[in-house]
Amino acid sequence: MQLSERHQEYWRKNLRLTAVLLAIWFVVTFVVIYFAPQLNDIVIMGFPFAFYMGAQGSLIIYVLIIWFYARRMNQLDNEYGVQEGEEE
Amino acid sequence: MSTQTQSQFFQQLKKYYTFYTGGFIAFVIVLAILEQMGLPPKWIGYIFLAATIALYAGIGIMSKTADVSEYYVAGRRVPAIFNGMATGADWMSAASFIGMAGTLYLAGYDGLAFVLGWTGGYVLVALFLAPYLRKFGQFTIPDFLGSRYNGNLPRTIGVIAAIICSFTYVVAQIYGVGIITARLTGIEFQYGVFLGLAGILVCSFLGGMRAVTWTQVAQYIILIIAYMIPVVWLSVAHTGNPVPQIAYGQVLQQVTQLENEFNNPDTAKGAAEASARAAFKAQQDSFEAKIAALDAAVAAGTGATFLEAQRAEAGSPADFPATTDDLKASWKKSADGAKGKTGPVSAHATAFAGKGSEKKLLKDNPDATAEEIAAAKAEDEHASNVKRRNFIALVLCLMVGTASLPHILMRYYTTPSVRDARKSVFWSLFFIFLLYFTAPALAVLVKYTVYSDLVGSSFAALPAWVANWSAVDATLMKIVDINLDGIVQLAEITIGGDLVVLATPEIAGLPYVISGLVAAGGLAAALSTADGLLLTIANALSHDVYYKMIDPKASTVRRLAISKGLLLLVALFAAYTASLKPGDILFLVGAAFSLAASAFFPALVLGVFWKRANYLGAVVGMLAGLGVCMYYMYITYPFFGGVPENQWFEIAPIAAGVFGMPVGFLGVIIGSLVSKAPAKDIQELVDHVRYPNLAGDIDTRAA
Repeated sequence: MQLSERHQEYWRKNLRLTAVLLAIWFVVTFVVIYFAPQLNDIVIMGFPFAFYMGAQGSLIIYVLIIWFYARRMNQLDNEYGVQEGEEE
Repeated sequence: MSTQTQSQFFQQLKKYYTFYTGGFIAFVIVLAILEQMGLPPKWIGYIFLAATIALYAGIGIMSKTADVSEYYVAGRRVPAIFNGMATGADWMSAASFIGMAGTLYLAGYDGLAFVLGWTGGYVLVALFLAPYLRKFGQFTIPDFLGSRYNGNLPRTIGVIAAIICSFTYVVAQIYGVGIITARLTGIEFQYGVFLGLAGILVCSFLGGMRAVTWTQVAQYIILIIAYMIPVVWLSVAHTGNPVPQIAYGQVLQQVTQLENEFNNPDTAKGAAEASARAAFKAQQDSFEAKIAALDAAVAAGTGATFLEAQRAEAGSPADFPATTDDLKASWKKSADGAKGKTGPVSAHATAFAGKGSEKKLLKDNPDATAEEIAAAKAEDEHASNVKRRNFIALVLCLMVGTASLPHILMRYYTTPSVRDARKSVFWSLFFIFLLYFTAPALAVLVKYTVYSDLVGSSFAALPAWVANWSAVDATLMKIVDINLDGIVQLAEITIGGDLVVLATPEIAGLPYVISGLVAAGGLAAALSTADGLLLTIANALSHDVYYKMIDPKASTVRRLAISKGLLLLVALFAAYTASLKPGDILFLVGAAFSLAASAFFPALVLGVFWKRANYLGAVVGMLAGLGVCMYYMYITYPFFGGVPENQWFEIAPIAAGVFGMPVGFLGVIIGSLVSKAPAKDIQELVDHVRYPNLAGDIDTRAA
């Protein structure tokens, strides 16, 4: 079947969202690790920053990334009329 | 059941599991009361083991099914939040539950690679795989490869890779079950393995994915309660704050301060540490001198006489080494063990510490020349860079491996819709996150207890938990007064990683029933992971090999009979392998991630995101990725006869996937570009998985 312009746009938006979230994932993981020795000089509430990110901060951001993706994509489905019907 | 709507089903599940959780807590309270009334700990262990396994068996029997879709994908009606809990239990193995906090205790920041890798991978699952696989909607991961790349060869490679990574992983789980059962009840390890196996089989044998799903939800609830209670208790005891994840910042500062004291010989504690380290250094030197004497004797041809003299001197114990080589190995181990105790305490939060060459040089030789200092500095920097490189490589392999392990991806076939698959990844990571972001807090809290309460106490009056655990298992807790001052120094304590979780209830001063609860939690973690893995292997063989390739006309009854028979065979074989206690199980678990990342990830992701990817690309990419990964392990890992000198960029073999992955991607791309674009129906399949609902679309759902 032929995809409509709207369908193409839906997929482009999905790709853009995926790329942005992946970039955040990359920064809070690999950039923070790379500069960990320097970032550890910053201490917040008793936690050296890079240690805190590795132990908790990045994990919280991962959870938020996935939460946001699910919410946004489920909205996009409705906007572009590609949502699923009520099954069973 | 078929007349029930999804929301009624959800309400019903909520009711059942709320009731179940309440019942479980009541059960623990009753046991606690019985303990106060004098029930011996051994009985508490038996009751926990029997009650939890009976519970899982009960759920398994209630969920028995003869329906193919129920058996393979739990009827595709598992609500997002429950699938999240099941994935959490499926995911968290004995290594996460028992080992994780211990690794963090021992390695500090450098141990965080596991915490990051085993959570961040879910971002990749959410963005690249789960919704698309759900839309595709069949039974296994090789199913997707077979349809997308249009052939039995990609499917077969998928089956082989799925079996390789799942089998290494399941052996480790059954091993863990054996250890925990043995500890909980005192029976022998080999019997523990087969007892645990019975527990695994009753869950999955009758009801397949359906039974495994509902058992895993129950197991998740037990394991998270068991993990949280002791940590919260310990946190209140040390900081007065019941939220350990926030409270441990202040404890970490105290730990850092104590580390500095231990490393500063001008303080009283530092001086005592220095004397203990000096005693270990003397021990190391004496063993090295003995080794030199042994070597000289062997070179002179008098090795046998030397061995006899040593045996007589030691009082001829029965376990004295039989050959000069064994004697040398035993002395070498003692020398290395002592050597490990001679260095300063490493700081918990410090990332990628160097070797300390510069400090050592300045201490040993105060008038070192500028060149010598520069050389030592460069050496430190190099060591630090290698650590950082390995950390990054390991995190990447664990993350991509997470997003490639078939037993996890398969779980997203079980949700009712694409929407629910997306939400379900969120719930999965949320439930996993609860445990993983607590583990670093637990490690620091236990470290503080050891540094502040145990260090400096008198050998005549050790805390009860130290005495108990060193009596039970010397690999977990060993303590010797090497400098004979009657006071415990940090260097004199040897802790095995698993102790941290296992001993926390006692460290926190909780009754034995909580120790039983922790062991039951560890058992739940190991059993649930083993269930998911066994099902993956059995399904790959019965569905992909038998039904899709050998006999596509097989009846439903026959397909399920074959699947159950294979499940039994694979389980027995895995238990047999585990009962042989193969060494290096932790390495094999890590290897499973590297192998999965190299074999599956490129073909799966490009299969969705790149329409041009085709049959040849998938075959080349998967074989090349898997091949490079296995080759690297083969040439660098000592178990296969490899040597560290063969390493590329000094990357450890556990992170071999860091080479396998890019090769896999390149393989798919090049293989696809040199052969012609996939046919129109394949391109339509790609569109089909990309859009949750497409008018006039094809249907790939399996019956």
